[in-house]
Amino acid sequence: MKINADKCVACGNCIYVCPVGAIYVDPVIKRATVDRNECVECYACYNGLSSEHLNPVLVRTVRKLFQMVRLRFDPEPDICPTAAFEAEDLQWPRVVRRAFSDPRATHESTGVQGRGTEEVKTNDVTDRVKPGEVGFTIEFGRPGVGVRFRDIQKMTQALANANVPFEKKNPLTLLMSDVSTGTLRADILDEKILSAIVEIKVPVDRTEEVIQLVHEVEKDIDSVVALGVGTRCDENGEEHVVAPILERLGYRLERAKTNTGLGRITNSVEKSPKEGVAVL
Amino acid sequence: MTNTLHRYGDAESFADDYIVFASPSRGKNDQGSIPKLKKFLEMALPFKPVNIGDPAHGGALRPSKNETVISHWHRDVKPRLRAVIDGIDEPASVAAVFDNLEAAENFLKTVREADLCLSINISASIEGARKCCRFAGIEPHSIGYSLGFEGKIEKLPNTQILALTTMCGHGMISSSLGKKMIDWVKEGRRTPAEAVTYMARFCSCGIFNPSRAKRILEDARKKME
Repeated sequence: MKINADKCVACGNCIYVCPVGAIYVDPVIKRATVDRNECVECYACYNGLSSEHLNPVLVRTVRKLFQMVRLRFDPEPDICPTAAFEAEDLQWPRVVRRAFSDPRATHESTGVQGRGTEEVKTNDVTDRVKPGEVGFTIEFGRPGVGVRFRDIQKMTQALANANVPFEKKNPLTLLMSDVSTGTLRADILDEKILSAIVEIKVPVDRTEEVIQLVHEVEKDIDSVVALGVGTRCDENGEEHVVAPILERLGYRLERAKTNTGLGRITNSVEKSPKEGVAVL
Repeated sequence: MTNTLHRYGDAESFADDYIVFASPSRGKNDQGSIPKLKKFLEMALPFKPVNIGDPAHGGALRPSKNETVISHWHRDVKPRLRAVIDGIDEPASVAAVFDNLEAAENFLKTVREADLCLSINISASIEGARKCCRFAGIEPHSIGYSLGFEGKIEKLPNTQILALTTMCGHGMISSSLGKKMIDWVKEGRRTPAEAVTYMARFCSCGIFNPSRAKRILEDARKKME
């Protein structure tokens, strides 16, 4: 992401909307500037800010006059008054930042949309997580902290070492140079992204083992981890197998996503995964 | 993606937060799904959702790339529910957000009766989702629990900011903006109703709950955690 210095009036609105705090007003040039090392190319600034198309010279002059008499210009906080943001044509490997950070970007690098797969939300038609199995979503960097692939690799390698299989269609799995060892491509390791999800599936009796492993590895990861655990309900629509394990491990189960089981397979011919759907 | 799952709060704080979403699955039931997705959101309208959206185009409040100086005083803050429905042009998960149990229960029942064949999920407190399913006569197929945030949680902002910003699971609402909006409400520079519209425009798939956000801002006005 770039900010056009000829247009920027250093109003500061964009500083607050950057999820990872990568925008600041450079004291030398007195323009908003993007820290490219920290920017995750999420496009929250570019997509989320509304734009005016005011004359930059006029706006700067007005702001200076206001400042001289200690008056504060009070613009709407979600507007860039001069439409100063300009999208870049991102090249590899930087393009993976956008693929894992901008929810509207398709994964050109992987052929998959979204930061993860459909996991249990379409389990009623995919049967991905079967009775007796547990699907984990281990998400890094969320909310608003960000993460580098080098840190994620610590987890993928530990999981591979424990013989935990990865979801094949997950974007992270597709970026592994060696799935058997959980090793990611070397050229992306220093790239920073807003979040990414490792998806795995294990038998129910490995639930505690996986959680303990995640706890151990996350101590060495310079970011936050959001854990999700998906499983099947019984014939009465109840779930009394995994929840007790989680509660015994000290988790307070407050929120869940419940698949109502109303889905059915209706396609006449199954399509290629690359023609897939965007997922929430 | 798990963007509705990891909202920050305890079960009580989700009493005004119910997201019902419809998902076509690639290769399974995505063929011809666009009219069904539109119908799903159409059916939500009588139950007065506080937001609807799709991940390709956004929610009922969206940014404008052609604002004028006048907009600083006369901003259009009306949710455009119809535009969301009309704009659906690809198979994608679409969501309807409600701020009360009764609406969510009745909507889910209506959806069950419509038999859209799409995967229908409800993201809410565990008990809230259970009540909705019971009311609609549904026995759930699968469940995905949120275990919350772990690791270097010292990098996270305070709980009120988290409760606001995690209502965009894609992380498009920054902690800084959440903090700024709380501060502006406390200073009296903006009302909670105004502040939530700014945040809602950054949510790229329409699952932000303006009603819950307004309540959180009202609480934060009196007590910063």
